[in-house]
Amino acid sequence: MSVETGISRATQLQRTILPYLYLLPAFLIMGVITFYPLIYQFIISFTNFETKDLLLGLSSPKLEFVGFKNYFDILTATLPVENFNFFRVLEFNFWWAVSNVALHVPAGVLIATLLNTEGLWGKRIYRALYILPVVVPPIVVATVWRNIFDEQYGAMNQLLTVITNILGHADPIHIRWLNEYTPPIPGFLPGAPLTLAYYAMMIANFWLGWPFMSVVATGALQSIPKDLYEAASIDGATGTQQFWNITVPLLRPAMIPAAVYGFTLSFNLFSFVFFMTGGGPARSTELLVTFAYNLVRNLRWFGVAAAFAVIIFIVSLIVFLITNRITRATQSYSEA
Amino acid sequence: MISNSMASNNKNPIVRFLNMNTSRQTSGRSLPLWKQLLLQVVCILILCSVMFPILYIVTLSLSSKTTRPSSLELFPKEISFIAYKQVLDHPTGNPVSFIELLRNSITLSVGVGLVALFIAVTAAYAFSRFKFRIRETLMLLVFIPLLMPAVGLSTPLYLLLNNFRIMDCGKHITAIVPFFTCAGGAKGQLLFNLRDSLLGVGIAITASALPFAVWNLKGYLDTIPKELEEAAAIDGADANQTFWQIVLPLAAPQLAVTFFLGFIGHWQEFVISWLFLSQPKDYTLAMTLYNMTGQYANSIPWNRFAAMAVIVALPVAVVYIALQKQIVGGLTTGGVKG
Repeated sequence: MSVETGISRATQLQRTILPYLYLLPAFLIMGVITFYPLIYQFIISFTNFETKDLLLGLSSPKLEFVGFKNYFDILTATLPVENFNFFRVLEFNFWWAVSNVALHVPAGVLIATLLNTEGLWGKRIYRALYILPVVVPPIVVATVWRNIFDEQYGAMNQLLTVITNILGHADPIHIRWLNEYTPPIPGFLPGAPLTLAYYAMMIANFWLGWPFMSVVATGALQSIPKDLYEAASIDGATGTQQFWNITVPLLRPAMIPAAVYGFTLSFNLFSFVFFMTGGGPARSTELLVTFAYNLVRNLRWFGVAAAFAVIIFIVSLIVFLITNRITRATQSYSEA
Repeated sequence: MISNSMASNNKNPIVRFLNMNTSRQTSGRSLPLWKQLLLQVVCILILCSVMFPILYIVTLSLSSKTTRPSSLELFPKEISFIAYKQVLDHPTGNPVSFIELLRNSITLSVGVGLVALFIAVTAAYAFSRFKFRIRETLMLLVFIPLLMPAVGLSTPLYLLLNNFRIMDCGKHITAIVPFFTCAGGAKGQLLFNLRDSLLGVGIAITASALPFAVWNLKGYLDTIPKELEEAAAIDGADANQTFWQIVLPLAAPQLAVTFFLGFIGHWQEFVISWLFLSQPKDYTLAMTLYNMTGQYANSIPWNRFAAMAVIVALPVAVVYIALQKQIVGGLTTGGVKG
């Protein structure tokens, strides 16, 4: 009896400790390279940490605690940085993510539906070629499109020249896609003027984004029972009516998580924006993440950058809580 | 057994996308010709927009012209590999060879992928299989860093890694700062700065890669049926044996997927390496590609830039196409169940 309880006590103890043993390596490493830096970041966000303090860190004699000054400076746009306004960047950042998703998802669904048409020739070839943008790394996409939008030698202006030549205009087109500051549609987004560079980025990111949505939509389309369409066409519903009343509602549970994923991806799309416009011209296409990067790399205001990162964290948390709610809501919808 | 059956059912969207069973086709109703032609025109227009940048860059890379393109060319008039040869021989203005750049990129992406995998797998197992008191809290702790973009974490890592240096104090004495400093506050000569090295960059990338790896693996482990482990437990296997001999082999496909997803991401990593590294010998291919565009790259012929873009894109495209089934499937299992 006593031996048995001794064994079971030992296994009991082992069972309680075991999960923590399995977690130990990850938490040890993350403690050093993730949690400690995050806390350190929070501390230095209240200091005026600059290049002079690099060598000694927090023990540097010149380091001063400045309270909420960094946060205050960022939010009230009193940072001595040209063309910086936090709320304009925030507004642009949200608009950028929303407008991307609003274009990619419908385009993906429409093209998936198009390729789902019965009797269409060459479906497989189209499907195989349409997913090519998904496999090209975004940094390559961004650099290639940056060259395509080059004012003098870029393919976009050359393509437009070819088209206008056909239409009877002889002059070559020289649109300053990435450098023109005057917004082409004034007052389109109040508070954050959208320059041509924004539209150029939208074109490039559209190329990159819709094929993924189309892949997701095709998967969902397959799960819609064909009987529904047959019943609808017997009842005399037109193709458009079938699309709106059968396809769209049944695609919703699959497309909303994909849209949420696309939103968070576009919201923090650092490499693409940095490689394509670098936030320019005049910070008109700056995202929160690219500005944070400028603070560290070019301005070297580590204290301000830390405060900015904490603000990004809070914004991301709010975005996450909202999108999580949306996904949850659609999950219960699809299960019901 | 299980991995076989998972491989055979086409659960993943891309495979379904390509081989979709369009059962209505068998009903015999065919598209009216005018509609067929109209839809073909639409499909071909979409195809043109998809192929436009790809054809443009491939054509450019196969050109021998070192001047910038004065008119639009989408199909190569000549096939010349001189741009590729030049990029391979002499990728940048700095004395750094293509092999070194490639080695740096591979070291970072493969190294970080493997390290993150090894550290993450046990944690994912613990979260997936054990019920313990502070499980929810610890899970939240692991996933919170996912909300911080890599750019956000780069500031403190830059500062902390920058503190770790190896100094040569002269007289054959080496000091490892911050643990030892040169005697008498002598400045000494900097031999190694962890921040300005591939190792430091690797550590920093691992910091943002770990939470994703744990999340992705946990999502998959949750889908492995518990019955196998229960059977093993009845046969007298303890938790460790179950993990090493049953769960790990079953999770092998997902381990590979997580590794390759990491590889695709780290291959393109730019934020941290561009911020941390200052010596050309440490540069990666992504950094070199960035150097070849924009206002600072006026001297670089576009055919060389195009060749570089194709070279950087190639490994990712190959991995993606070879493993698209597993990658998209892995993303959705990890994502949906996470």
